[in-house]
Amino acid sequence: MRVKGRAWVLGDNVSTDHIISGKYKFKAISSLEAMLPHLLEEVIPGFSEKVRPGDVIVAGRNFGMGSSREHAPRLLKMAGVGAVIAKSFARIFYRNAINIGLPVIEAREIPNITDDGDTIVVDLSEGVVANLSKGVRERFRPFPEEVVEILRAGGIVEYIKEHGWFPWAGSTG
Amino acid sequence: MAQTMTEKILSAKVGKPVTPGDFILAEADVAYAHDGTAPLAIKVMEENPFMYRVAHPERVALVIDHASPPPHLQAARAHTLMRRFARRFGVRLYDVGEGICHQVMAESGLVRPGSLVLGADSHTVTLGALAAFATGVGSTDIALVFAFGATWLRVPEAVRGVITGTPSPAVSGKDVVLDLLRQVGADGLTYKAIEFVGDGLRHLSVEQRMTVSNMVVEAGAKAGIFPADDVLLSWLGDGARPLHPDPAAEYVDEVIIDLSSLEPLIAEPPNVDRVKSVTDVEGVEVDQVFIGSCTNGRYEDFATAARILRGRRVREGVRCIAVPASRRVYVRLLRDGIVQELARAGCFVAHSTCGPCIGAHLGILDAGEVAVSTSNRNFPGRMGHKDSRIYLASPATAAASAVEGVIADPRRYLS
Repeated sequence: MRVKGRAWVLGDNVSTDHIISGKYKFKAISSLEAMLPHLLEEVIPGFSEKVRPGDVIVAGRNFGMGSSREHAPRLLKMAGVGAVIAKSFARIFYRNAINIGLPVIEAREIPNITDDGDTIVVDLSEGVVANLSKGVRERFRPFPEEVVEILRAGGIVEYIKEHGWFPWAGSTG
Repeated sequence: MAQTMTEKILSAKVGKPVTPGDFILAEADVAYAHDGTAPLAIKVMEENPFMYRVAHPERVALVIDHASPPPHLQAARAHTLMRRFARRFGVRLYDVGEGICHQVMAESGLVRPGSLVLGADSHTVTLGALAAFATGVGSTDIALVFAFGATWLRVPEAVRGVITGTPSPAVSGKDVVLDLLRQVGADGLTYKAIEFVGDGLRHLSVEQRMTVSNMVVEAGAKAGIFPADDVLLSWLGDGARPLHPDPAAEYVDEVIIDLSSLEPLIAEPPNVDRVKSVTDVEGVEVDQVFIGSCTNGRYEDFATAARILRGRRVREGVRCIAVPASRRVYVRLLRDGIVQELARAGCFVAHSTCGPCIGAHLGILDAGEVAVSTSNRNFPGRMGHKDSRIYLASPATAAASAVEGVIADPRRYLS
């Protein structure tokens, strides 16, 4: 699984409130699309119009901290974001992103050297992220096979639809 | 092999010993969502007919708390959707005014020492105070748990939080967790569980522990677990079994919180880990004081606030908003005359809702306004305008600040 796009660089501690403010979440009742113009609005004005399919967010530490709202990764994916690369992630954002099929990659070096607009390539199966504009390549700790399968299916719901059960055995509903 | 409480609980769930780093499919004992997260979960289930089912209705609850009573049509619609879902599948629905989901779950009797609790809200960690492994998940996760009874988890490493000493009267659970945040930072416990032990635990009531567990997520923790010790077992009062970590359990790190040297603390905007002594920020002018939320909306919190506000007045120009975390708390406060004391002092006392904490309703901040809040987050825009400023503190500090109209040290009132 491969993602290629332009980088949008953010700092440390980008919260789910920054990604999509809690005050908009009731708009999701009618449609998630109605929230899209507010995506990252206080951080990158006009982001939802400027982003192109495959673009990559490159952030610092603790990306997605705060609320459990799944609207945050869903809207990033809906806007066309192909992957989020960060030094670390808040855990609920991290699992929400996997569950909805948005690749999330922990990288040490790439966030330090990337500028807005650099071309980023991510190869999930190889476990490699590269900044082509800077000529820097970094290996990341590969996902467990089951998680790659979920991302490949486009999310855990799609995975279960296809296979009938979670990629992990045990427990019956 | 010696086990942490995390390992004990999750091993029992899957019927074999687990170790940190294992991915497991774990069956939840309790699963719940609120009006901010349930609609998206219900939508996922409706859009996927194979998920339009509830495996264990008796383990599931929906709670209307975030925008409650509905301040706008979209919230009203979310609530309708939840009521319809609850009727269709026979799951519990806690309607308007019954309380904030984590408090309602603590009161429900569903959560037991050793339970695995999954909630579609980051502050689900609150229930770690009941010796449960309780953690927040997203809407898709909770939809999976509703439909199939289970979801995947990675077994976390655990950090030992040692609580020692005896606190002074103006110090409470909020100061304990602010001290933890000061020590570890906003991502210091990411992916990890923290388990609290030590001789100081006997000074922390279950209500105070809920405040501590509530905010461990602000350090990124997956769970904040207190043991099922005498304090908890007598609070439960129904013959629950003790639960402690094994003495030789392996922890990846240790944090020590000394209650004896702890002073009232406050987290400056815009981050929860910008923790200072209240004396460092005394005198900052305040427009609004909020006492409530799943962090500090329990009986003791308002009893403490009332001790300070009794016979005094909220300073002119300050709005003091008091919101109990559940109807049960509200009724106890009514019975004991505390609502009357707060109202007499000039507080706006409301029924239970998350409202002000998330900037949903009942106290939205304007640009340039300053709030002292007993809630859990002070990110820009959390309670209203992005240029408002939120200081997080204990109910005692909040009440003292309401009286003085500036950030104030509660030690002048409680000794």
